[in-house]
Amino acid sequence: MKKGRVILKVIMSLTILGVLALVFFSWQKSTAYYPVPLLSSTCPPGFKLNANNECIARNLYNQYDITNKAGVGGLKSALPEVRDGFSPQEIDLGRYLFFDPALSADQTISCATCHDPNKGLGDGLPVSKGVDGHNLKRGAPSLYNVGYLKRLFWDGRASTLEEQMLEPLFSKEEMGNTPENLLKTINAIENYQKLFAEAFPKRQRDELIDLNEITRAIAAFQSSLLSFNSKYDQYAHGYDKALNKHEIEGLNVFRSFVARCAECHTPPLFTNQQFAVIGTPEPDGLPLDPGAEIPFKDNSLRGAFKVPSLRNIAKTAPYMHSGRFKTLRETVQFYTDGRGHAVPEGENLLIHWHIWEPNLTDYELDRLVDFLKTLTDESFRPIVPDILPSGLLTSKSST
Amino acid sequence: MKKKSPLLKIVGSIVLLGIGVFLGKSFFGQKNVETVPIPSTMKYRNIGLTNDTTQVASNQEFTGKIIEVKKGSSIQNAVKEANPGDLIRVYPGTYSENVYIDKDNISLQGVVINGEWPTLDGKKKINDAFLYSGNGILIENFKIINYKGNGVMGQAGNNFIIRNNWIIDTGVYGIFPQYGKNGLIEHNVLSKIADAAIYVGMCDNVDVLHNEVFDNVAGKEIENSRHCLVENNYAHNNTGGLLAFVTPGLPIKTTFDVILRNNFVVNNNHENFGAPGSTVAGIPAGTGILIMAADDVVVENNIITGNNNTGITIVDLATGAPKANDPNSEGNPDRVVILDNIMFNNGNAPTGEIKAIMLTQMDTKGPDIFAYGGGSGSTIRDKNRYRTFGLDNYGPSQITDTKDLRTFLMPNPVPPRSVSKEELGELTYYGVCAGCHAFGNRLIGPPTEIIQAIHKDNPQGIVDYITAPKNLRKDYPEMPPQDYLSDEAKMAVAVYILAMKD
Repeated sequence: MKKGRVILKVIMSLTILGVLALVFFSWQKSTAYYPVPLLSSTCPPGFKLNANNECIARNLYNQYDITNKAGVGGLKSALPEVRDGFSPQEIDLGRYLFFDPALSADQTISCATCHDPNKGLGDGLPVSKGVDGHNLKRGAPSLYNVGYLKRLFWDGRASTLEEQMLEPLFSKEEMGNTPENLLKTINAIENYQKLFAEAFPKRQRDELIDLNEITRAIAAFQSSLLSFNSKYDQYAHGYDKALNKHEIEGLNVFRSFVARCAECHTPPLFTNQQFAVIGTPEPDGLPLDPGAEIPFKDNSLRGAFKVPSLRNIAKTAPYMHSGRFKTLRETVQFYTDGRGHAVPEGENLLIHWHIWEPNLTDYELDRLVDFLKTLTDESFRPIVPDILPSGLLTSKSST
Repeated sequence: MKKKSPLLKIVGSIVLLGIGVFLGKSFFGQKNVETVPIPSTMKYRNIGLTNDTTQVASNQEFTGKIIEVKKGSSIQNAVKEANPGDLIRVYPGTYSENVYIDKDNISLQGVVINGEWPTLDGKKKINDAFLYSGNGILIENFKIINYKGNGVMGQAGNNFIIRNNWIIDTGVYGIFPQYGKNGLIEHNVLSKIADAAIYVGMCDNVDVLHNEVFDNVAGKEIENSRHCLVENNYAHNNTGGLLAFVTPGLPIKTTFDVILRNNFVVNNNHENFGAPGSTVAGIPAGTGILIMAADDVVVENNIITGNNNTGITIVDLATGAPKANDPNSEGNPDRVVILDNIMFNNGNAPTGEIKAIMLTQMDTKGPDIFAYGGGSGSTIRDKNRYRTFGLDNYGPSQITDTKDLRTFLMPNPVPPRSVSKEELGELTYYGVCAGCHAFGNRLIGPPTEIIQAIHKDNPQGIVDYITAPKNLRKDYPEMPPQDYLSDEAKMAVAVYILAMKD
């Protein structure tokens, strides 16, 4: 009677709840909507949010006076100017896009395919692979600290991240997409409509996502990839014990004018961002890569490449533009084997004046490698999204 | 009277003489090394100028401790022990080591006794004698020989003083400050260097005074640097005496505002022994002064004689370094000013291009002043005085002298690198802590607001914890110790964390 009624009531209400829940969830399944968390409203590590909702780079190198715009010097020198001032939402949207294979023609390749956080934001290959596993001409550089670079690509042919990314996106060999197809794909994904509306609040509600918004968001994310907390940095900021005896010996070889490494790989970024013709050999069977000669239409830059940063270098083997050297030891050996020793016959390259015959001993070369390993820091490694707005899988979830 | 034997007389006088010498030596001869004067940090002693002063430029007192290094021990160990403000005194002896100074305000002073120098000998095996990156480094009174790379090399240290050193064959450069601001290089003697004896590279505000450089490829090189005074130096028998350059391909692109004044630039006819590929390897022997692509260089009151190619060569990059190409380096020497100089007996045996060009002028001698290539706005005070080539577009100079410019050193030292405690806290928080901690949510470690709650009003608690973390939470990974941060930074970040609002 009374007890029975109560039980009946409970059962009834549970049933109603259950039916409601069933309806609710089946409705969810019936659309192409994948639940994606809202965009982050906080800046990634290394950035402070200001009152204008902009992320401003703040790190221990900001302690030091800016004595030159190039951001070159010694241990306690300021960095060059960085691309910052993006909103947390732009950066987070860029993160989703960066990891999303929906950006490629066949939906298999994302930016992160070649710039993998598990491989030092490189891909560990001598040269990268594009659509259909096609071998490209050069290796993928690490993206750590890319927001500080004034020239992009090995041959320096792009000067902004936005300009740079158009090539891999729309090259037939790389991601194989077209601007039209990319915009069609992204605009058709309801999640992206919402996320772009959130990241770019000034846009009209029904406005289509445009290419500038895509490239700006990806540039915002790329500029947030920082690495300034290595053992070397601890030493530079004044903690003597951060480096052991061998590593300090290596640092002293590195910055000495005998080896001259620091003349081009200048701290604190470990690149002076200039071009240099150093005359490294190509992998067997490949012709000489003319490098910056092509985009700058300048014979004197034949075989010239932009000096790469050495941060996280131990994580990004193999080395040089086409990955000829498998190990750091082989790489440092190259610099003491003689000026122009690997230049192919018939080529007359204008080898950089710092390439000479320093006659480094095996001991010194080993110490150099010890030192280079102290440039590793992935404490601000980006977080791979668990779920992508497109519903596709990231390389993280697929492996 | 018994006659003393002559032998005894002789022995006696020898003994007496011996006693005399001994007494003399003990009373007068012994150098009291306790009275070695403290380095004065005196920055100006140009006797020639009326308003000369020996005032202590930076009013720096050596209040730190004095660390003595004697024969058989290591200078580097003393540097390790030293704190900013300390003075390291090195006594005579041979020290075969590479000394690196990654601290601020360390002074190294050699103590010369009886003509015996503290000598750093690289034995052609060690790369550099001194490498420094700190600000306020002073290095004086050392003999430095047989290194592979440099005698003294600086990377980005400001307010440096390098003086009274005797440097022979230290490889590529003798004294090479790079990326420094406000420095003094004076009273050094350098020879047998395979590139530049004194190389001021990518620096600002450097005075190079009273140095003797000889038997080097380049005597002094002011390269991609601004506001440099090269005065009262004696450059002789180098391949090239004094150089003011822009080298293309470097991250800092300009050289301007350079004064070459009151120098002796004499007989710089040494055969070029520069390394193949180096910029100086292209300098023809017999070059007194070379100005390549540098702007606003004043050449005043020098004695420039006996340089067999030319007294002064002024060229653009296309002429001087035709191989290099850097679209961001402006390659013309503009607004060069030649004031009064004593020049004769130059160009007796010109070589290479200059010889060929002069032959077209029916002249077998090189000129006192040779200009070739681009550039505009250059002037000369008295063109008629010299044998010149290529100075047709040089007008009369607008100034007669530079006497009002006594030094390019800054009136006050470049201020130390310092930020407020609050800013240091902020930089440490965002630059280091933010990798694992966010204010309101969990990243790798607990949210910052939780840390605030635990250590409320107790920054020392945070300092203690981050120095030696204990893993208190099972569901969180153990925090690595942040003991590499300075005590100052640890406290600053602790205070910053406790004051955070969001």
